[in-house]
Amino acid sequence: MTDASALRQQVLILYLDTSGLDGEVIGWSRYDGTLRTRPTTGDGGEPPYPTGVAALADGWRLIQAAQLVPPHPGHEYEVSFLKHEFIFEKLTHVEGGI
Amino acid sequence: MALQPERAELLTSVQMARFVARGSLTLPAAIPGDVNVTAVEALAGGIPAVPYGTPMREAFPDGSFARRLLDFPAVAGALHSLVGPDPTVDHHAVHIRQPHEGQAQHLHGDAIIDVRPDAFDVQLMYYPCDVAPEAGGTLSVPGSHLRRVNETDVGRYQNLLGQARLTCPAGTVVLLHHGIWHSGRRNDTGRPRYMFKIRFNPTVRQVRLWNTDDLDAPEVADALREQFAWYERATARLEFYNRVQLWRALTGDDTFDLDYWVTRVTNRPRRVAAVSGAR
Repeated sequence: MTDASALRQQVLILYLDTSGLDGEVIGWSRYDGTLRTRPTTGDGGEPPYPTGVAALADGWRLIQAAQLVPPHPGHEYEVSFLKHEFIFEKLTHVEGGI
Repeated sequence: MALQPERAELLTSVQMARFVARGSLTLPAAIPGDVNVTAVEALAGGIPAVPYGTPMREAFPDGSFARRLLDFPAVAGALHSLVGPDPTVDHHAVHIRQPHEGQAQHLHGDAIIDVRPDAFDVQLMYYPCDVAPEAGGTLSVPGSHLRRVNETDVGRYQNLLGQARLTCPAGTVVLLHHGIWHSGRRNDTGRPRYMFKIRFNPTVRQVRLWNTDDLDAPEVADALREQFAWYERATARLEFYNRVQLWRALTGDDTFDLDYWVTRVTNRPRRVAAVSGAR
């Protein structure tokens, strides 16, 4: 599909050190629907923003925040996935489509 | 590892505590240059596959390249300290990151979710050539080994603060706890990057297999307290709890604790106090 001008979604996922959006960034991932960049595992040394709020201030729109889920009884001390995941988007014009 | 390694070649308690905290141990340039020069040819030619669970001595006979690798005292001592004598070979593989291949692997733990509280496998990774920053060195996440996840379910995580992007001199050996999150990084150079991996299964209880002379040294607890920047603030405390449990299993000391993390939440007194004035 080729549009003369189209919107594409860029996705930024930030993992914060607490459940608050003003928490510090401890992990990050990017996915780029414009295909201008090709992010991959281990490609960054420094986080793109110091906090989740800093991403908002730069124009990223929050579209999902991780729920606060109590530990399953009997599994309170287990560790697994990162808990505080925040998903952001930006919509970017792509001239000529892709 | 034909014989019991010399005590001086075994890991110390502090080194073991670091392994419990980090999930990895690096032996920089542990293998000398002449062996590394021949290694690429040996690895490119392939190491014969063996059935799962083959005793190490059968899998890698005397004179084989892999056996030469494992007989170097620093490697033999570290491996003995972690998995004990006569481990079996789970499997082995030569991993090659091809030049300019474009993508890294997704972050993952090997095999399947593995939550054994008192045993662990060790994965040996040997790098026969220098690994430069752009050469696709293995990415690993220090302190991730106790997280309960299944293989590439963590593939969504591209970067974690404090992640280790391996660069190393030729001959480096890295020993990993089976649970460590890792990934073969994108190789942006024009040369293939070689790594030889062997997964070892213990055949004995992994209790005090190292040089325990320094078991009571305060540096042991310091090593177990190591923090990693990617931990969430609250979950970092649970990591300490889980490290204490693993250290108890490895030392056989069920009273060991670190800053009261386990003792506090397991204190359930059974003694009934005398009631003042009771008839």
